Amino acid sequence: MAAYGLGATNRRLTGHGSAPGFRFTLYAIVAIVIMVLDQRGGWLNEARFLLQAAAYPLQLAVSSPSAAWAWIKESTETREALRAENARLRLRVSELALRALNYDGLARENSQLRGLAHALPPIADRWLVGEIINVELTTLRQRLLINRGTTNGVFEGQAVLDGWGLLGQTIHTGPWSTEVILVTDPEHAVPVQIERTGMRTIAVGAGNEGTLALPYLPANADVKVSDLLVTSGLGGVFPAGYPVARVAEVHRDAVQPLAQVRAVPLARIEGDREVMLVWFHDERTKNPDIQPQPTPPQPSAPPSSTAAPPAAAAAPEAPAKETAAPGPAAPAKAASAKAKAKAAPPPKAPPKPAPEDEAEDLVK
Amino acid sequence: MNARMREPRGRLFLTILLALFLSVVPLPAWLDNVRPAFLVLTVLYWSIAAPRAGGIAVGWISGLALDIFQGSVLGQHALALSLVTYIAVREHQKIRSKPVFQQSLIVMGELFVYEFIVFAIDGWTGHTLYGPLHWLQILTSAAIWPIAAALLGRSHAPR
Repeated sequence: MAAYGLGATNRRLTGHGSAPGFRFTLYAIVAIVIMVLDQRGGWLNEARFLLQAAAYPLQLAVSSPSAAWAWIKESTETREALRAENARLRLRVSELALRALNYDGLARENSQLRGLAHALPPIADRWLVGEIINVELTTLRQRLLINRGTTNGVFEGQAVLDGWGLLGQTIHTGPWSTEVILVTDPEHAVPVQIERTGMRTIAVGAGNEGTLALPYLPANADVKVSDLLVTSGLGGVFPAGYPVARVAEVHRDAVQPLAQVRAVPLARIEGDREVMLVWFHDERTKNPDIQPQPTPPQPSAPPSSTAAPPAAAAAPEAPAKETAAPGPAAPAKAASAKAKAKAAPPPKAPPKPAPEDEAEDLVK
Repeated sequence: MNARMREPRGRLFLTILLALFLSVVPLPAWLDNVRPAFLVLTVLYWSIAAPRAGGIAVGWISGLALDIFQGSVLGQHALALSLVTYIAVREHQKIRSKPVFQQSLIVMGELFVYEFIVFAIDGWTGHTLYGPLHWLQILTSAAIWPIAAALLGRSHAPR
């Protein structure tokens, strides 16, 4: 009964001259074409880039409730809590300063060794602190949105860390914002190395539980609970030697050829406010304009061309700390302005910037 | 019928922006699964109440906005939402004349179509946007439809 009659009414009602069926077909075709382009070729990257720029204000608005909540929590913190935190940070700083003392010698030795072996994976030498705007931690998607984009030199497939370990990598960049896929996202995999044995494998995100799975380890592999997993540097996305996760559970089944291993990421995904974007030393990227980029939160490289290695040792550990830092362990963020003034004394020696800081900690 | 003089375009735009906000504002995972599909409900409401004010274009553009915010394949929600809008615009007279309870059932059917398309495209692209519990939001959306329709209906003069 209806099909004919309704078609007629709609032709009259819609008033634009074309029936809704026709217009729907057009829109559907456009949508499908866009999907195919986006999925297959990635030719839509520029369009996505622009759209992400347009969406940025609303994304900021969306994050404002949680930002407001964080602000309220912060401003109502008691004096005692602040004092306790201050003491804790002071302790941390002195600990880091001690490590930094070790660091110079190690860096020199490391750069000599590296001079011998060119095939070693690249090392990280530049970083940028970004703030988290939005967190999406659902069952099947573990993503962050941060307030740094291509105007800051961020590129797709860039490693993202926090003070405790590897967090993930960038996937969609906009001019001022970037989407980060976390290591725990089920679509993400990191090439890792078991720090104790040197065995290499791949850690795949397990989604909502906030864990990583190591699905490719044979049942007789030498892996134990509380083994540390570090990035192996294979694949070229992540610099080598950064801590990723700690093995929490090893399950060997006599029937299965593979061991079931779960690891808990070291990065504090739930508690972070700031993350660090990392550039490699020998960056083989398509963006030539990354190197000379003088971004504010990064401890600017002094004229001696060494990228302030002591601060580098401290920076991944203490991105959020604003205490008056004694000695060389100036936190990267707070130091940016001061570093220019006093960055000259600390980085005295190392001939090449080789801040493979976490690796040194582990070796030690 | 000189309703064309006062198509509620401004209100349509504002309510859709608000619904988009509610759809993407971060929530804890357990709440996220039962969060009603505010954007779909709003688009459906306007398709039924004022099919000439926006129509399929509104559905398509809202869907694309959702794609950008959720980082899904561009066009995924746009396709799903424009199909749902098309059905609603086409049948708006029938739907409008139904009592609210039956409207809820129709909305449930529409949301099922919507979710199924999103799910199918997920399968095709190899991404996984939502877990199985996400289908719960069809029920919560249908349950909230009478309230949403009443609120949105208050925003413009009833016909």
